[in-house]
Amino acid sequence: MKVITANFVTCAVKDCKTSPASFPLHFNDAELEQQELDFQPEFIRNILPRIDWDALRTISNELGFPSLPESKPEGEALDNEQTLKDLHRLLLETHVTEGKLTCGNCGHSYMIKEGIANFLLPSHLV
Amino acid sequence: MSRPEDILPPDLFYNDNESRKYTKSSRIRNIQASMTSRALELLDLKSPSFILDLGCGSGLSGEMLSEVAEEEGGPHTWVGMDISPSMLDVALQREVEGDLFLADIGQGVPFRPGTFDAAISISAIQWLCNAESSDVSPEGRLRRFFEGLYASLRRGGRAVCQFYPKNDVQRSMISGAAIKAGFGAGILEDDPGTKSSKLYLVLTVGGGGLTGDITGVVNGMDDVNVLDARRKAAEINHARGPPRKGDKAWILNKKEQMAKKGKVVKASSKYTGRKRRIAF
Repeated sequence: MKVITANFVTCAVKDCKTSPASFPLHFNDAELEQQELDFQPEFIRNILPRIDWDALRTISNELGFPSLPESKPEGEALDNEQTLKDLHRLLLETHVTEGKLTCGNCGHSYMIKEGIANFLLPSHLV
Repeated sequence: MSRPEDILPPDLFYNDNESRKYTKSSRIRNIQASMTSRALELLDLKSPSFILDLGCGSGLSGEMLSEVAEEEGGPHTWVGMDISPSMLDVALQREVEGDLFLADIGQGVPFRPGTFDAAISISAIQWLCNAESSDVSPEGRLRRFFEGLYASLRRGGRAVCQFYPKNDVQRSMISGAAIKAGFGAGILEDDPGTKSSKLYLVLTVGGGGLTGDITGVVNGMDDVNVLDARRKAAEINHARGPPRKGDKAWILNKKEQMAKKGKVVKASSKYTGRKRRIAF
């Protein structure tokens, strides 16, 4: 699972829909992998307004990366290619291959195996 | 032709063997490819976007999303959801670029509001019309799916779902569920009346660049006839003309007039203006 996806996925349990604690999901025992991908500045510019920066800071902390700047790069900072490249590296090239995603509200854990997260729920939680 | 939907639930039907056959068959690959390019045409994406692939299977359609040329607004980044572990296993072996989820789209779409620019689904949502256990219903699954999808798309986003309904009941059940969730919905049919006819459910979320209604999606596309059922319904309504003396509309109108004059008027209900049952 890419870090960008972790910035958008929420807990699938019905009762968690209304709770702010259900996002972001927290990583446990994560194993990471870097996979090269073509750099697309346009895509980063498109997706950046939708990224939840606080959640991204939390996630990158949990994954053990050096801390990100306090606020989201905006305006002129987006013309700096190095900034975009760093974001590309973190968001799109960093994969979580094994581990668990845990909801902060209900405590439900979603297993990640070979990069695929299992979001199938038992029917009483739907 | 037999329908896989009638044989087994999707996670069991697409086992290792069936998934491999599906992905290897050049006939299926060709059909998938042409349907995906048609869906992309309907989505009309101008810049590299974040796309959700519902029922992505082995990533046949996702692969095409990653390969859209730069001149045509690509390549796109995608996230795929599928219920069949075997299909996802094939996708892993093929090293597709998208992120994969093992999830049941009938249980909802677990993403933050406004996540995706667009969504695509090829030959998947007819599976939602089957309930595999007694504690779920097709209506409930369709409702959760479309509500989740509606929320996870950004304003002005679009979704195109190609599907194979079993009959007209399924067709209207699916499109009805989409409209209930808040989508602007239309159905595009390619090669109508033939064996290879293909249905695309085109969904829009309001607030984007699309002016007018859903028919604006196909503006500028060749060989598309717009059949607007709403217009026909409006014409029928119009043809009825003014209410005749004694019918329900006329009675309600009279009651309103009298109420305005300050007269005491009996409350109106669904029984107003109905004939009494013949009494012995």
